[in-house]
Amino acid sequence: MVQMTMVEAIRNALDVAMGRDDRVVVFGQDVGYFGGVFRCTVGLQQKYGKTRCFDTPISEQGIVGTAIGMASYGIKPVAEIQFADYVYPAYDQIVSEAARMRYRSAGDAICPIVVRMPTGGGILGGLTHSQSPEALFTHIPGLKVVIPSNPQDAKGLLLQAIEEPDPVIFLEPKRIYNGPFDGHHDRPVKPWKAHPLSEVDPGYYTTPFGKAAIHREGSAVTVLAYGTMVHVCEAAAEESGVDAEVIDLRTLLPLDLDTIVQSVKKTGRCAVVHEATLTSGFGAELAALVQAECFYHLEAPVTRICGWDTPYPYVHEWSYFPGPARVAAALTEIMEA
Amino acid sequence: MEKRTPLVLTVPQPGARPGETPDFSWMDVPAAGSVRRPPVDADQSEIRDLAFTLIRVLDDEGRAVGPWAPDLPDEALLTGLRHMLTLRAYDARMLTAQRQSKTSFYMQHVGEEAISCAFSQVLDAGDMNYPYYRQAGLLIGRDYPLIKMVNQIYSNTGDPNKGRQVPVCYSSLEHGFFSHSANLGTQCTQAVGWAMASAIMGDTKIAAFWIGDGATAEGDFPTSLLFASTYNAPVIINVVNNQWAISTFQGIARGGSDTFAARGHGYGIPSLRVDGNDYLAVFAAGKWAAERARLNLGPTLIEYVTYRGGAHSTTDDPSAYRPASEVSAWPLGEPIARFKQYLIAKGIWSEERHTQAEAEILAEVIAVQKEAEAIGTLHSGDRPSVSTMFEDVYAEMPPHLVRQRQQMGF
Ligand SMILES: Cc1ncc(C[n+]2csc(CCOP(=O)(O)OP(=O)(O)O)c2C)c(N)n1
Ligand SMILES: [Mg+2]
Repeated sequence: MVQMTMVEAIRNALDVAMGRDDRVVVFGQDVGYFGGVFRCTVGLQQKYGKTRCFDTPISEQGIVGTAIGMASYGIKPVAEIQFADYVYPAYDQIVSEAARMRYRSAGDAICPIVVRMPTGGGILGGLTHSQSPEALFTHIPGLKVVIPSNPQDAKGLLLQAIEEPDPVIFLEPKRIYNGPFDGHHDRPVKPWKAHPLSEVDPGYYTTPFGKAAIHREGSAVTVLAYGTMVHVCEAAAEESGVDAEVIDLRTLLPLDLDTIVQSVKKTGRCAVVHEATLTSGFGAELAALVQAECFYHLEAPVTRICGWDTPYPYVHEWSYFPGPARVAAALTEIMEA
Repeated sequence: MEKRTPLVLTVPQPGARPGETPDFSWMDVPAAGSVRRPPVDADQSEIRDLAFTLIRVLDDEGRAVGPWAPDLPDEALLTGLRHMLTLRAYDARMLTAQRQSKTSFYMQHVGEEAISCAFSQVLDAGDMNYPYYRQAGLLIGRDYPLIKMVNQIYSNTGDPNKGRQVPVCYSSLEHGFFSHSANLGTQCTQAVGWAMASAIMGDTKIAAFWIGDGATAEGDFPTSLLFASTYNAPVIINVVNNQWAISTFQGIARGGSDTFAARGHGYGIPSLRVDGNDYLAVFAAGKWAAERARLNLGPTLIEYVTYRGGAHSTTDDPSAYRPASEVSAWPLGEPIARFKQYLIAKGIWSEERHTQAEAEILAEVIAVQKEAEAIGTLHSGDRPSVSTMFEDVYAEMPPHLVRQRQQMGF
């Protein structure tokens, strides 16, 4: 095992994938010579050459459209969008093309692409470098949506994404690229190396889609989270004294409903936490599923702790961000319900 | 079957990477004054050459030569210099402020001052610029209060945007500076729409938009050319080719076409390629385009050829992808030095007055900065109230936001 940050684990996954299959190509804005603004592709161009890891024009539409064409040819594109906030020019290609190609052609044309993008806030990125658009993708039939919360999963899930026969949206929570941030922005930055899930197998392995991970076992309330919020929820559980069971969903689509239902039936309570805005967020889907599947086991209404329904403000990002204090308060409240 | 050679993917490469010798031998630099200035109503088909040359006014001796040399009063020339010096001093102070954690982020203009400063004198009050982040000279040149700019960088209570946007995303429609969002390219079609509206209403206002070499790759850019061309919109299309888009050299966005200016030709848009480090050439080209727009002759595309002298932003380290000496090898020199040389040669300026002006302007900028710091910086002093974060999502706050604001305790 080798200790890695999230960035190193992602880079290592790409390296391993490119090494074992010369059809894997990696491209996006600034990903070639420079290695990406978040450094996830450093060294890949030097190692695999300029035609397998390269810079693209600043056109997200072009990046995803050409990725789709490459996948149709039979190679394996892993495209990077510099920030999830900049994926919208590509939304038509993702929604109208990638997601439905298999369906509309009854399997004649398929679209196994991976589109990676940094997501989430907490880096003083303001409206345009902080968004969490996962629900815009989970709402689209035909897409798989992944959000890892740690280096070990990031590598395994990315390698699995590259194996997938369908388009995968791979969201990388940028605030935990270099450390397991738990929402305490006023405390010193924690490095990944103190975290057990930063121990990564340097070889080839995959982490299956549709399998959630229980990060903290508990009996009082089930907390459903993904990405950065997994760490925030663990901190909130400790700090509130509420014996919460924190579940990291890992993949939103497919969703591991069994693990969720089993846990909620055990605890009788459920809180859903995400950084994205509340209204029509993925939490709404989770809350609906939990009430449908566990109605007779619930002792309190399912609660959602999410970003407010505003654009992500720059100077007030910590008021927007559903940090450990807000999550802890909600956990305490749900126990009193 | 005939034997075919395997195909090869072309991936364009810049002239030099770190450790290599900068190479601008591919750049043709015609002598100042050598490019013709056609009448503004010239047909696009007759002036195609202007997209492949470089309109230059200032020569190596500091003279303003040729048909593009504008006839500007001394007063206007000295004001232009003052704008550039202010922008440079402002950049230097904000960069330092970022290092001191008074703000999180900054983007400077060094080497590109002539472009936005000269163009600020082209449009009239009531006209509209749709900028991106490297055109602060448009505000400075329109006497936008510098304090508001510093307040925006510091996100204090004086920030006109209420701390909502990252630094350098200014907005002042009153000063002909449309709100900028950081999403590259989106401004292009909007500016064309603004210009179309002026024509729909039978007004006399014109618009201009700004886009970097890299961002011309976004679909909004070619789409804006089409709309501008179809509706003959009174809009000036300003492409700032500073050779780099973060770590990506301009060849990636340009592709097989010779110049960015040539992009206009596919749409029948008259296109000029201009020395962007030449204050007078930028001004003259801008004026030519503005006159066309005002005479209902339609859009003009201008490519300003320049060099990004500094890092892309405070989070960027260009030594990782381009030779540090590239800026000194840049064949078009440095805009402030060139303009200063001209003013001195003209007999209206001197080295002593320049040094003195630099010191005065720096002192003025520092005084404004102090004033802003008395209000607050990113991590200290007054910042907009948290409750304001729920405002302006809609004109009228819907019930769910009122509830959320209450949940926050307001
Ligand atoms: C839609 C979109 N994609 C990507 C980015 C990230 N980004 C910000 S600036 C930049 C480079 C732009 O280069 P250029 O247009 O040449 O302008 P310059 O910075 O050189 O002035 C990139 C890729 C963005 N802001 N918006
Ligand atoms: Mg550029």
